[in-house]
Amino acid sequence: MTINQSGWRPERPESDAANARATFTGNRALMLEEPLIFEIGDSGTTGVDFDAAPAGGADRLAGLGRTAAIGLPGLSEPEAVRHYTRLSRQNYAIDLGLFPLGSCTMKHNPRLNEKLARLPGFADIHPLQPVDTVQGALGVINELAHWLIRLTGMYGVAMTPKAGAHGELCGILCIKAALEARGEDRKVILVPESAHGTNPATAAFAGFAIENIPANADGRVDLDTLKARLGPDVAGVMITNPNTCGLFERDMKAISDAVHAVGGYVYCDGANFNAIVGRVRPGDLGIDAMHINLHKTFSTPHGGGGPGAGPVVLSEALAPYGPLPFTARYADGHIRLIEEETVGEDHPDTFGRMAAFNGQMGMFTRALAYILSHGADGLRQVADDAVLNANYVLRQLEDVLEAPFGASGPCMHEALFSDAGFAEGFTTLDLAKALIDEGYHPMTMYFPLVVHGAMLVEPTETESKAAIDEFIGALRSVAKRAKAGDPALKAAPQFAPRRRLDETLAARKPVLVWKAPDLPAAAE
Amino acid sequence: MRYLPLTDADRRAMLHSIGVDSIDALFADVPEAVRLDGPLPDLPLHASELAVERHMTALARRNMVAGDVPFFLGCGAYRHHVPASVDHLIQRGEFLTAYTPYQPEIAQGTLQMLFEFQSQVARLFGCDVANASMYDGSSACWEAIVMARRVTRRNKALLSAGLHPHYVSVAQTMARFTGDDLHSAPPTLSAETDLPALLAAIDDATSCVVVQYPDILGRIGDLSEIAARAHEKGALLVAVVTEPVALGAIRAPGEMGADIVVGEGQAIGVGLQFGGPYVGLFACKEKFVRQMPGRLCGETVDAEGKRGFVLTLSTREQHIRREKATSNICTNSGLCALAFSIHMTLLGEKGLRALAAANHAAASAAADRLARVPGVALVNTSFFNEFTLRLSKEARPVVRSLADRGILAGVSLGRLYPGVDALAGGLVVAVTETTTAEDVEALAQGLQEVLA
Repeated sequence: MTINQSGWRPERPESDAANARATFTGNRALMLEEPLIFEIGDSGTTGVDFDAAPAGGADRLAGLGRTAAIGLPGLSEPEAVRHYTRLSRQNYAIDLGLFPLGSCTMKHNPRLNEKLARLPGFADIHPLQPVDTVQGALGVINELAHWLIRLTGMYGVAMTPKAGAHGELCGILCIKAALEARGEDRKVILVPESAHGTNPATAAFAGFAIENIPANADGRVDLDTLKARLGPDVAGVMITNPNTCGLFERDMKAISDAVHAVGGYVYCDGANFNAIVGRVRPGDLGIDAMHINLHKTFSTPHGGGGPGAGPVVLSEALAPYGPLPFTARYADGHIRLIEEETVGEDHPDTFGRMAAFNGQMGMFTRALAYILSHGADGLRQVADDAVLNANYVLRQLEDVLEAPFGASGPCMHEALFSDAGFAEGFTTLDLAKALIDEGYHPMTMYFPLVVHGAMLVEPTETESKAAIDEFIGALRSVAKRAKAGDPALKAAPQFAPRRRLDETLAARKPVLVWKAPDLPAAAE
Repeated sequence: MRYLPLTDADRRAMLHSIGVDSIDALFADVPEAVRLDGPLPDLPLHASELAVERHMTALARRNMVAGDVPFFLGCGAYRHHVPASVDHLIQRGEFLTAYTPYQPEIAQGTLQMLFEFQSQVARLFGCDVANASMYDGSSACWEAIVMARRVTRRNKALLSAGLHPHYVSVAQTMARFTGDDLHSAPPTLSAETDLPALLAAIDDATSCVVVQYPDILGRIGDLSEIAARAHEKGALLVAVVTEPVALGAIRAPGEMGADIVVGEGQAIGVGLQFGGPYVGLFACKEKFVRQMPGRLCGETVDAEGKRGFVLTLSTREQHIRREKATSNICTNSGLCALAFSIHMTLLGEKGLRALAAANHAAASAAADRLARVPGVALVNTSFFNEFTLRLSKEARPVVRSLADRGILAGVSLGRLYPGVDALAGGLVVAVTETTTAEDVEALAQGLQEVLA
């Protein structure tokens, strides 16, 4: 493999009086360009040394030895460390600043959790070890499960789902299995139009027809419209509470009662549990199933897009159908892992296994450490501060940004604004990109869909007042520029590692893997 | 509370500014009947870092650590040495505490890494394209079956007897609700794979054949013929790789004609972690790219013409397509994909081949040694770093007895296939570069004593 630099750096302009901002390298001091590993690495280079292998006889590879080149570039350790360190510096992150991404709960990730997840007793154990040799790991699962049940006031919890959407699927499959057990074939799941996209995608994946239910004027599910639609064909509803407009569904208990009255089940998207942990228990609202994103409320790192973990708390009606495997603690303290083998006697109605092995153990240790650090009192304070910060943002900004539901009362942990009042041709996207130049990750944009040009701001509880005040100042400034029609906004961001990227080009002619430039297909 | 920066003075000032007199006023929408009026009773209160560490460390000590004992477990999760720099780099806050890269101008680090990861996975698997990761191998396997249904508009999937039983189990769970028609059977304890039987079973209704390579017993079969037969019948070949290190030694499924290759990436960079989080790998032929599940990172240019990367083809995905999406997946396994990619970059082709050679040599030596133990027979004629032994006694109690002696001997097929009597004597043993000759000798001695 040869080094190709032409692909990423077509020109090397010399800096001179006429071109004073150009540099030979393309770098700008600490803002460093970095080529692909395919452009700097070599298939003959490695950053790993091996001990001498035992002398082997003939191989036993069934004559399938890989002889053709694979084309995997290698880097020595110093080169690799520099490559990834340089890449990392092109990312925004919570460690760098406030990350107001609504519905995503980008809170501080305590480093104690990272340390504990790396204890060999958790990090270096195999999922199929005899259960007597992993009692501590099963203990973590069991203890976290206990906390989740207590905090939500539910009957049981399925720990194995791997992320929020996987948890949604778990809950929906529980509903489907419960209906099957009753001999009913209900086809419809009702989903508010403000729902996360995963909700309808999940229900459709499980074979349900999706029907939208509209919101009322104050941003909540319209109870009467919902009631009018309920009937024997409705398997259940999927409702986010607090909802994606940042509001608590005041009628949640009445909604649950109405759904239960016609024999349906209530799924709650728990993405926004951070707002209510320790303040109200979903079990008291008649919820039958709710996933909990451990990477949101319980601070496990988002890692640039996962891994997450999505345990699902279940009502007594749905718990019998929950997935394998799960833990059970006996009076003598011994913890069993209930899997396929003993399922007949222990859990006969389970809908089965959702994933190999025992769940996201590495996330469980982090979440449990977070929960133990906060305790029952600290978790309640989490919700209080998250809600306080969001309301502070809401009230500090509503004179410059339209808050469509601002008049209906306090918000929960996120504040929702619209693009009303922006100058002609100026959009939420422009404002968001201007925030990048101010040193912030933008808020969630164009979601929920029920608000035009939506901006959903979730400061979380791990920000100081000074940090929030600074952010408010920046947002006020860019909002005023959007309303005044400042043309510079259209060119934002100007100071990020990249200007606006051409997403249309990327989708029209997808280049998803690196190809050597001498291949015809790489020309695009 | 060390993670909460607001002071009481801040809180008072903010409440005043909002125009309410207490925090409770902000929860006014929560009906009074369900409002909790204080911390939940009978649960511990906040704790110091030291106290939490003490508690968690005590739990960690109650586990038998793979690195402390002779260790031979595999079956979809493998113990390899991970260079120290991998774990250091993934803990850089700009990677660890970043979000999904929806704002590409300030996420080029994650995006470029994903582009490199996709390129590495595609090359490793011998495919044209790969996605930005799935939850794990088992969910990737099911998503491949669903994708084959979309491509072929058929719903009959033939699962090889050599497919990991957890992967089969996941597919069966999902198929029960989606109506997919799955055909599967447990493996037999023989040197031959079930490829000939699968070959014969492919018909005009088949959407895909799903074959694990190497399979659950460690056997390796040539996929070329079954790929050709599948294509003849208009079906797809889905190959499943649970030990990606093997592909440093044996041909890639894509080279042999597989249409979709999925796998578990844990073995490279991620570590055992009691089963998760892991990283699902998903690759396929270019012509199927718009039917793929999950996130894809693609190359483009910015407003100044500089190369950059973005998430692309998102019209397949749930946040755009909602109920018409190719999958409901949202969060995937980004940080594990980063660990995989860094480890793979450190290895490079030279290192990967050396690692694979070391594994195969160690496994070959171990197989020969263990086969000399009275009461032990080697089932495989082909294997990479994992093989199956037939014991003269039921393997599960043997595994437990050896664990009592401080040896983690492997995975008994009785654990994976409870109730299948013909498999009860099977023990699957994995041997990697981390296994020493002393470890193998300890296992041989232990087996000899327990089987005597």
